[in-house]
Amino acid sequence: MNAVTMNAVTMNAVTPALPAPIGLLAELTHRCPLRCPYCSNPLELDRRSAELDTATWERVLTEAAALGVLHVHLSGGEPTARQDIVAITAACARLGLYSNLITSGVGGALPKLDALSEAGLDHVQLSIQAAEAANAERIGGLRNAQPQKFAFAERVTALGLPLTLNAVIHRGNIDEVPAIIDLAVQLGAKRLEVAHTQYYGWAYVNRAALMPAKPEVDRSIRVVEEARARLKGRLVIDLVVPDYYARYPKACAGGWGRRLMNVTPTGKVLPCHAAETIPGLEFWHVQDRSLAEIWARSPAFAAYRGTAWMKEPCRSCDRRETDWGGCRCQALALAGDAAATDPACSLSPLHARVQALAVAESAIETAPDYRYRTIGGAPAAPIPEGAAS
Amino acid sequence: MSLTPDDVPRLPRGVRMRFDAVRNAHVLLAPERTFDLDRNAVAVLTLVDGTRSIRAIADALSQTYEADRSVIEPDVIVMLNGLREKRVLDAGSPQDPPPPA
Repeated sequence: MNAVTMNAVTMNAVTPALPAPIGLLAELTHRCPLRCPYCSNPLELDRRSAELDTATWERVLTEAAALGVLHVHLSGGEPTARQDIVAITAACARLGLYSNLITSGVGGALPKLDALSEAGLDHVQLSIQAAEAANAERIGGLRNAQPQKFAFAERVTALGLPLTLNAVIHRGNIDEVPAIIDLAVQLGAKRLEVAHTQYYGWAYVNRAALMPAKPEVDRSIRVVEEARARLKGRLVIDLVVPDYYARYPKACAGGWGRRLMNVTPTGKVLPCHAAETIPGLEFWHVQDRSLAEIWARSPAFAAYRGTAWMKEPCRSCDRRETDWGGCRCQALALAGDAAATDPACSLSPLHARVQALAVAESAIETAPDYRYRTIGGAPAAPIPEGAAS
Repeated sequence: MSLTPDDVPRLPRGVRMRFDAVRNAHVLLAPERTFDLDRNAVAVLTLVDGTRSIRAIADALSQTYEADRSVIEPDVIVMLNGLREKRVLDAGSPQDPPPPA
């Protein structure tokens, strides 16, 4: 009866050529009280006046459920900045969709939490910037954030909601990984995501300020492995390793157009949250077409779906349906070609240069200042010197 | 620590079994995870209600499937242990008060 397998929903029941998506990342707003310099949102942030209305989100969720989506990640920005977050959560519950609130825990989060719980919210993922308050507040760019987060976490567990803590790891907090693990236990989290920074969006702009050194990365991984054994059955720790130092790349979103759809605050549908950085892709909008039509026929989803688009060394690689070529946005940023092998892969001809870049940036004695994420604050020259230049 | 036949398993809030009509299969939905369930796993989890002990679950399964109880019970424990390690299943002893709904 060892029949339970993780992350392995079989897709045989639907058209073999096109599995149904299992996750919807609903970026409800780009507004956020925090200004984290590694934010995954695009540099050009959407303004409130252009955001989708409640009725449109409810239609999108209805279409998502019919299409086969199981998990909805209510994200942003800070999703509780929306007045209708409770109504949107209730719609998920009504449709049988598993709702996951991805929140900073500050601002409107705590005042709305009881109503969200009552509306049927399934799970809360709370971000923390560091364990130590002053450092956390420096990274997030918001004073007094840490006590708000702790009060929020306390209320989450008091309501009986499962809590996951998410910590994005970088040069500024990598020595706090043991303290972050302790904090997760103390706050009653069942899961902790120790997620090394992914260098696109704002994190790409701030890469030189964020990149940790390889020995620190290795140490953080050992700490996680030790804690996993020690806390088995109490805390599950998911580790996202930093891919500039990795051997193989991550399958972006589980493979382009295979598992995930991302709807932006203004209704653009993306295969992954950074896909807009790739020039020339045609994105369709939920205002114009159904989610099913977009999933099946949108040119952006078709562009890198499957393996036919791949070049060598991906094309003949045994891992082509494991890694799916890695991240397209990273391939573009670092190799200058979105169809290239992700340079995070050790089989990429650019891998050695990318690693050398990480080593050089992490060795700068004093890290440069952050360029904090702000709406309307996209840097004029957003691209740091890349491996392709 | 392994579960024992006296333990009473339950799915905590944020973990639920659902029939997925699009894929024609049962799935267990959990934080950031989807577990694919086969017929046996569905049969067990259908009986996990926060009141039945593992012993009672094994009794019920052995009657329904006319199978050897001494084989079923250890299998049930292995499966539920696996879910508990992943923090998607809780267990209490029979005298524990029922969890809040």
